[in-house]
Amino acid sequence: METSPDNTLVEVKNLKMYFPVTQGVLRRKIGDVKAVDDVSFKIRQGETLGLVGESGCGKTTVGRCILRIYQPTSGQIILEGQDITKLPRNKVQRLRYKMQLVFQDPYGSLDPRQSAGSIVGEPLKVHHLCPDPQEYRKKVEGLFTLVGLNPEMTNRYPHEFSGGQRQRIGIARALSCSPLFIVCDEPISALDVSIQAQIINLLQELQKKLRLTYLLIAHDLSVVRHVSDNIAVMYLGHIVELTDWKELYENPLMPYTQALLSAVPIPDPRVERKRERIILKGDVPSPLNPPAGCPFHPRCWMAIPDCSKQLPQLRQVAPNHMVACIRV
Amino acid sequence: MEPLLEVKNLKVIFNTMAGVVKAVDGVSYYIDEGEVIGLVGESGCGKSVSQLAVTQLIANPPGEIVGGEIIFEGQDLLRYKADSKQMRSVRGAKISMIFQEPMTSFNPVFSIGEQIIEPLMLHLKLDRQAARQRAIELLEQVGISDARVRVNNYPHQFSGGMRQRAMIAMALSCHPKLVIADEPTTALDVTTQAQILEIMMEMTKKFRNSLVIVTHNLGIVARHAQRIYVMYAGRIVESGSADDVFNDPRHPYTIALLKSVPRLDEERGRQLIPIEGLPPNLIDMPPFCVFKPRCSLASQCIGESDPELRQVGDNHFTRCHLGIKGEPSGNIPR
Repeated sequence: METSPDNTLVEVKNLKMYFPVTQGVLRRKIGDVKAVDDVSFKIRQGETLGLVGESGCGKTTVGRCILRIYQPTSGQIILEGQDITKLPRNKVQRLRYKMQLVFQDPYGSLDPRQSAGSIVGEPLKVHHLCPDPQEYRKKVEGLFTLVGLNPEMTNRYPHEFSGGQRQRIGIARALSCSPLFIVCDEPISALDVSIQAQIINLLQELQKKLRLTYLLIAHDLSVVRHVSDNIAVMYLGHIVELTDWKELYENPLMPYTQALLSAVPIPDPRVERKRERIILKGDVPSPLNPPAGCPFHPRCWMAIPDCSKQLPQLRQVAPNHMVACIRV
Repeated sequence: MEPLLEVKNLKVIFNTMAGVVKAVDGVSYYIDEGEVIGLVGESGCGKSVSQLAVTQLIANPPGEIVGGEIIFEGQDLLRYKADSKQMRSVRGAKISMIFQEPMTSFNPVFSIGEQIIEPLMLHLKLDRQAARQRAIELLEQVGISDARVRVNNYPHQFSGGMRQRAMIAMALSCHPKLVIADEPTTALDVTTQAQILEIMMEMTKKFRNSLVIVTHNLGIVARHAQRIYVMYAGRIVESGSADDVFNDPRHPYTIALLKSVPRLDEERGRQLIPIEGLPPNLIDMPPFCVFKPRCSLASQCIGESDPELRQVGDNHFTRCHLGIKGEPSGNIPR
């Protein structure tokens, strides 16, 4: 178990993921969708990095690249000091037990023909972590208890569970081979309000108990702020602001972050009446044909002519506060 | 003054193989002219069905409106058949709806313009030329650039946010008295959500219509609604002004909902308090309070019966035996 001196578990360096766009019968390549374009960040052991942004900004792609579900176009992904970007497929597969994924849709991500117990235990079988059947059963039951499900329910099928319970099964599956790092891709957005809190609490408890490291991908800033240590804001494949949760809320520098924060309504009419609202105009540009310079400048109220000239680099403006904006 | 719409003791059931689902079980509410009200609750609590019933858009079978009155401009709409001339002249013209899924609620084989023109020709008796002109103006008003070209586009050529804006244009095209927005922004991003709601509020002010916002998002109603109804298991469990419901909630369900969501402006470190258990089965409802099995205060509750809505303040009602004093969610810094 090698970790670097500052306790970094996962480091992403200049990650790029371009998807080719093809046309015609011969599938000629006519361009690239730059889903992720030069993204770098570090996640320390036991911490949570929240990744927020609008749909289509590339946040899910980042998660999938880290797990090597996608083969990144370029860049490095370093897990425990080891660059896993260049590892061949079979070696990555053996590494997978260290990194797991919790999906957004608790209905689509569980095989309806497999019993809940078998879903949760499958990673153990795949990675040959538990050859003894007796022990295997105990382990699966233990996982059920860990995520707050009754161990007697292992023989039931996914359709017999509610949405919140299904998400617990998904979490138990991710935990089955004691991973170090879990990518949670919108883990609560498909759940009802009253159930969301259960899952957030569960994820936090598990993190404390098992010293897990999370990459939390979400669009709901109030949830992300509630659970993350650091937060990265993405826009059109770029990280535009990266800082800790407190600073991001109290001192957001990038105009896009300010707009994102102001768009989240607060359930209190007294507070809402006093809040200044920033309403963004227009839509997110197509990643196939991104605007020149700063990707946000066509919608930005602070934009100056220089904004459209050059892509602003992410730079440090304060300790642990990085912004990609020339107006800051 | 008479309210614009008054729904009294509305009951809607669905006949299913498993039994009769009481989706809406005695719901009463009203909305004044020019007012914006919010209807909040979890999925399956009957908030959408209670709204669809207003314009009789409930498929029968399996659905059936089995009781109540829907008094709109002094007339009981339930006396008319769903496909009667009277209902047709109300639907889309006086009461219009904005639906959740802008993809599925537009017809994919007609252009956006065609679909906005249709109600204009039908209800306002405009000729095609004038209706088209009006459609372009409406699209411009909801912030669709290049509306003259865009009017000929098909729904798939619009993004989610644009489709929802077109939907607003369509809903407001005939100057309705009442617009019902059923989860208008649920499928959208936060920034687009804020944008759409802002447009909706602007248009509401301009056209001076009333607006019902149906949502599960407490923040949205806190931001935009003047009065709020909280629904649970087919009933209204609390109603009152936005300030009363959010700052002095009197029903354990409302309090629990407020405590279960993280707030952007609160001190961090507060443990979220989830609501244990699941909503009741609407086929087999308990004879006591429907929220009792999940209520954190159930041990203090001695009421055995099903509570009625009772007044606890100026235009503030709750359906709870306990005389609890509410507390706002979380502590608010600054």
